Amino acid sequence: MSEIRLNNVVKRYGRVEVVHGINLEIAHNEFVVLVGPSGCGKSTTLRMIAGLEDISDGEIHIGDALVNDLPPRKRNISMVFQNYALYPHMSVRENLGFGLKIAKQPDAVVAERVDEAASILGLSELMDRTPAELSGGQRQRVAMGRAIVRHPEAFLFDEPLSNLDAKLRVQMRTEIKKLHSKVKTTVVYVTHDQVEAMTLADRIVVMKDGHIEQVGTPMEVFNHPLNTFVASFIGSPPMNLIPARIEDGKVVFGDKTGVPLPNRLSEFVSDGQEVIFGIRPDDMTPEGHGISDSGQSATLELTVDLAELLGTETLLYTHLGGQEALGKMFDPRHVQENETLKFRLSLDKAHLFDAGTGKSVRPD
Amino acid sequence: MNASLRKRLVAIATWIATFLLMMIICLPGLWVVLTGFRPNREVLSKPAIWIPEQFNLNNFAKIFGFGAEQVAIPVPAYFTNSLVIALTSTAIALIIGMSGGYAFARFRFPFKNSIFLGLMLSRTVPGIALSLPVFMIWSRLGLIDTKMGMIIVYTALNIPFTIWLIDGFFRQVPKEMSEAAQVDGCTRWQAFWRVEFPLAKSGIASAGIFAFLTSWNEYALASQLTRSTDSKTLPVGLMDFTAQFTIDWAGMSAMAVIIIIPALILTFLVQKHLIAGLTFGGVKG
Ligand SMILES: Nc1ncnc2c1ncn2[C@@H]1O[C@H](COP(=O)(O)OP(=O)(O)OP(=O)(O)O)[C@@H](O)[C@H]1O
Ligand SMILES: [Mg+2]
Repeated sequence: MSEIRLNNVVKRYGRVEVVHGINLEIAHNEFVVLVGPSGCGKSTTLRMIAGLEDISDGEIHIGDALVNDLPPRKRNISMVFQNYALYPHMSVRENLGFGLKIAKQPDAVVAERVDEAASILGLSELMDRTPAELSGGQRQRVAMGRAIVRHPEAFLFDEPLSNLDAKLRVQMRTEIKKLHSKVKTTVVYVTHDQVEAMTLADRIVVMKDGHIEQVGTPMEVFNHPLNTFVASFIGSPPMNLIPARIEDGKVVFGDKTGVPLPNRLSEFVSDGQEVIFGIRPDDMTPEGHGISDSGQSATLELTVDLAELLGTETLLYTHLGGQEALGKMFDPRHVQENETLKFRLSLDKAHLFDAGTGKSVRPD
Repeated sequence: MNASLRKRLVAIATWIATFLLMMIICLPGLWVVLTGFRPNREVLSKPAIWIPEQFNLNNFAKIFGFGAEQVAIPVPAYFTNSLVIALTSTAIALIIGMSGGYAFARFRFPFKNSIFLGLMLSRTVPGIALSLPVFMIWSRLGLIDTKMGMIIVYTALNIPFTIWLIDGFFRQVPKEMSEAAQVDGCTRWQAFWRVEFPLAKSGIASAGIFAFLTSWNEYALASQLTRSTDSKTLPVGLMDFTAQFTIDWAGMSAMAVIIIIPALILTFLVQKHLIAGLTFGGVKG
C-alpha cells in the first residue's frame, strides 16, 4: 500500500513561510494533481514529498513509514522534473537503467525492466542515443521511463509538460493518462494548467499562497467551487464573478439590474447580504444557442461588444451588472458588433459567494 | 559557378591568412626548438645561418650528461623537482578547487560572495610582490629550498583560479541532475561522482592543465625560493646556462624543449575534454 499522507506540513525558508500547514491524504493508486498559480508552493510541496526539501514542521507518511527524515533514495518514489534532468553523458538505455544499477540489481533484471519500460513508452528505437539527440517529446518519455523502471511506490511529476509545444502537450497528456492506467501507481502531479488538472486527475488539489483552497474530483471542483478563487481558477474561460446584493429574493447587481435568486441557493442567503454572483460563460448563452434549456433560468438583454469565433462556439464579450462578462454561443450564427441579444442565464448552475469572505454560501 | 568560385577563393585566402598569422605566433617557439638541435657556434655565427647545417641531439646528450661534451647542470634533478612540484600542487589545487567550486556553486553559506570576491582579489596581486613576505616566512619555517615550500606556494597560487573555473562548470550542471540521481537511489556523494563530476569533467580538466602549466612554467617565485638541486625547477635551471661572460643558447634552448614537451603531451592528452566542452542535452529550458 502506498498512500501518502501530509499532516500539517509547513515549509519555511528562513523566516518566510511559504507552505502553511497542509493536510492531504492521497490514496493508493490515486492520481492527484496539485494546481495553482505560480509561486503558490506546489513544487515546494512536491519536493518535500520527494525529500529534496526539508520539512519545517508537520509529518509526511508514505505507506506506513514516516519519511520526514528519510533521504530521497529511501522513499521509494520517482520523480519527473520540469526540465527532464536526463543524464546527458549517458545513453537512453543507461538513463533508464541508472536507478536499477545503483540499487545493484543483476544485469538481467536491469535489461528486462529497461526493455519493458522502453516498450511501454515506445523508446525501443532510441536506446543508444544520448539525450542531446532526442526531441522534446522523446526526452519527456525517457524521463517517464526512468521513473517507471524502478516500480516505485509513487510517481511525482513537476510540470512535466510545460516545456513542450501545445500540440505535443496534449499528446503527452494522453500518454501520461494511459501510462497511469497501465502502470497502476500513486501519482502526485504538479501543474499550473487547469486543463491538465481537469483531464488527468482523480482528485484536484487547488492551492494558493501556500494554502489548500479545495480538494475534490474534477467535477466537484468544477461544479461546486468552494470560493471565488477556485471558481475563477478552474474552468476556461473563467467564471464570471459579478458583485451583487440580495434584495427581496433577487440578486441585484451594481447597476440595479438583476436576476432571480437561484432556488437551490435561496436558503443559504439572507436579505441584504452582499454577495458575488458567479456564472460560467457556458451557462450564459443567447436563447436557442445554449446546451440545455431546462431548469431555472433568467433572461436578460445584453449588448455584445465583441464576438470571438472559435468554430464550434463563439465567445461573446458583454457586460453583466455593469461588469465585463463573457458569454458563449453554441451552434453559432453571425453576430454583429453591438448587437443586443437575449441571453439565457442558467440559474441552476449559478453560484453565490459571500462578498466578504469569498466563500461559497452553500456549505458543500 | 561564379559564386562557388568566389567562395573557394575566400576559403583559400582565409586559410593563407590563418597560416601566416599562426606562423608569426609560432615562429619564436619554432626558433627555440630549432636552436635546441644546433651547436652554439652555429647559433651565434654572423651572418646568421638560417638553414641549419648541423642538426643533431648533441645538446640533449650534453645536458643529460651523455656524450663527449659535458655540462655541469643537473637537468634530471631539475626535471624531477619540476614534475613532483607541479603534479603535487596541481593535484592539491584540483581537490580543493573541486570542493570549493562545488560548494560555491551549490550551497548557500554566510559571506559567500565576500569570500568569492576575496579569492578573486588575491589573484590581482602579482606573484613577485609576494616573494619577499613569502621568503621571510619560509625562511622562519625552514621551507626555503624545499619541494614542500614550492608545492605550498603553487597550490596557493592556483586555488583561486581552480575554484573559480570549476565553480563555473558546476553552475552549468543543473541541480536537478543531482536531485534526479538522489531520487534514483544515489547518496549525495554517489550523485556527485556518477552524475555531476562527469558533467563538469571538462572544466576540471581545464583547471588541471592551467594549474599544471602555471606551476611548471613559474619562474619569479621559484628563483627566489629555491637554491639547490633539492628544489630547483626547470625554468630556474635555465639560468644555469648563463655564465658571467657567455650564454649557452643552444643548451638553454634544448632545455626549453625539455620543458615544453611534457606540457605539450599533457595538453594533447586532455584536449579531448577541453574541446568536447559541455554538450548538454539532458535538460531543456
Ligand atoms: N530556495 C528558496 N528560498 C526562498 N524562497 C523560496 C525558495 N524556493 C521557493 N521559494 C518561494 O516559495 C514559494 C513557493 O515556490 P514554489 O516553487 O513551490 O512555487 P510553485 O507553486 O511551484 O510555482 P511555479 O508554478 O512557478 O513553479 C514562492 O513564493 C517562492 O518564491
Ligand atoms: Mg514549480
